[in-house]
Amino acid sequence: PPAHSRSDWIGPPDKLSNLRPIIFYEPPEESPLERQLREARQEAQACNQRFWARQNCAFRQEKEEFIYSRLKAKGLEMRDKTGQKATLNAEEMADFYKDFLSKNFRKHMQYNRDWYKRNFTITFLMGQVALVRALRWLRWKKKNAGN
Amino acid sequence: GLFVWHLKNTGVPRVPCRFVPLCHPGGDRLITFQYFNFLKRMYVTQCNNDLSQRAKPKSDSVASPFRELRQLDQEKMVLHKIRPISPVQQPSSETPSESESREMESAAEAEDSVTPVRAESKDDRQWREMKLQLEDLPGILARLSKIKLTALVVSTASAGFAMAPIPFDLTCFLLASLGTGLASCAANSINQFFEVPFDSNMNRTKNRPLVRGQISPLLAVCFAASCGVPGIALLTLGVNPLTGALGAFNIFLYTCCYTPLKRMSIANTWVGAVVGAIPPVMGWTAATGSLDAGALLLGGILYSWQFPHFNALSWGLREDYSRGGYCMMSVTHPGLCRRVALRHCLALIGLSTMAPVLDITTWTFPIISLPINLYISYLGFRFYRDADRSSSRKLFFCSLWHLPMLLLVMFSCKKSFLEKEDKGDLLSGSHGRAMEIRLP
Repeated sequence: PPAHSRSDWIGPPDKLSNLRPIIFYEPPEESPLERQLREARQEAQACNQRFWARQNCAFRQEKEEFIYSRLKAKGLEMRDKTGQKATLNAEEMADFYKDFLSKNFRKHMQYNRDWYKRNFTITFLMGQVALVRALRWLRWKKKNAGN
Repeated sequence: GLFVWHLKNTGVPRVPCRFVPLCHPGGDRLITFQYFNFLKRMYVTQCNNDLSQRAKPKSDSVASPFRELRQLDQEKMVLHKIRPISPVQQPSSETPSESESREMESAAEAEDSVTPVRAESKDDRQWREMKLQLEDLPGILARLSKIKLTALVVSTASAGFAMAPIPFDLTCFLLASLGTGLASCAANSINQFFEVPFDSNMNRTKNRPLVRGQISPLLAVCFAASCGVPGIALLTLGVNPLTGALGAFNIFLYTCCYTPLKRMSIANTWVGAVVGAIPPVMGWTAATGSLDAGALLLGGILYSWQFPHFNALSWGLREDYSRGGYCMMSVTHPGLCRRVALRHCLALIGLSTMAPVLDITTWTFPIISLPINLYISYLGFRFYRDADRSSSRKLFFCSLWHLPMLLLVMFSCKKSFLEKEDKGDLLSGSHGRAMEIRLP
């Protein structure tokens, strides 16, 4: 984002985590409340990024391993004669999906709790910041109107 | 892997979301037929998804607006060709005003055009300023509240209203529909607010406004509150407290029970089915003011319908669910998934037979509806036995036209003699009074 911009910028989805990174704008006259909000959002973003990048990578990797082991059991190679990657059909993959989901259940539970907490905190802070800004603006208007 | 239904982009013109009220007592065949066609077109193009996060905020689990769908499909094609450009190089060449105007342009395109894909894939590759553009706000809010799905929810509620055995009251009907619509918008917005990181990871939902940063979470919550509170108030004060209570309960059920439960246990499917069943009950209670057997029957029909619909659809999304951590029957208990779908197809036959017993329709209803109920049960059985992609697709597509057709048939077989009787009494009564007044 350009150096003189005064707002946050959001980018394209990350290749690993599919989340869109945000670059937060730090105004020079940032109040402690606003700083708290920004830091909370940065932390949440980092946390989300870590989690999903790891999850998606693990998924891809385990999927490859599963396909490989199944193909081996069937006596096939990873690539057939034409050089195409051999895949299993949906029914065979279903076992893998079920397995992956149950293995990661506890991780997801923890992440959920974490995410909900962060989401609420951030939104609440946003509300506070918005309120403070609105009051400030009203006071400024009254002052101007007075003059 | 992306799971794409084969149904190609039918060049469906953008049909404005008008639904003709089903409540023309005369049974105007032309209008109801148009309505059915409209729904059918919407349903048919909606099939194109790979989702069904069972997004049913307040009823039909027909998941996403068909605009999103077509975008999705085309976008997938486009994305294959375009390599994501590293964000660092991109923005240095733009000034904020340029990018803003491009963003506005592209956003405007995205809102209105039939091929918003190019714009969206452009958005996808670029860094965008997170500033709210007022011109985009209506479009953004429409997507936030899943406006097309809301429209379907409202039409289910109006079906409930239409089936109630009372003379048609236009004001009440409009108030109930508006209240239900607002409540549905609120529920949908909260749902999207909760699910941002999960939505980013699933193909169907990755273009939602909160995921793309077009709107802040605070604004989403405020919007939800400003829809939900007036909506429920409208229902409670303008219609009756029972309907208001049902509306509030449904919002709660959807946002606080179904949404978190999706990631915790497969019970979410049953909760979601209840969420889908409540709007027609609300329509009925709006009309009659009480929770009759008829209301429960209508709710029951919609409840049962959810299962073949959703289970069939979720069969093709197992990979996305597994990766995203969603607990769905199709992933964890595939046998149960198919059994339940079949069970509820058969239940539909039973429920249709109950309708005349409860004096809601004439006996022609179960007879006329038997062919379609048998057909969906047959497809349910095939799904149960074969458990493959093609049978799940067939069942899903069938469920899309099955419900509107069933409701239509139900309406046309409605027992209206009660109305006529009431009207007769009313007329003779007022006549008598008029006579009294004239004679001094």
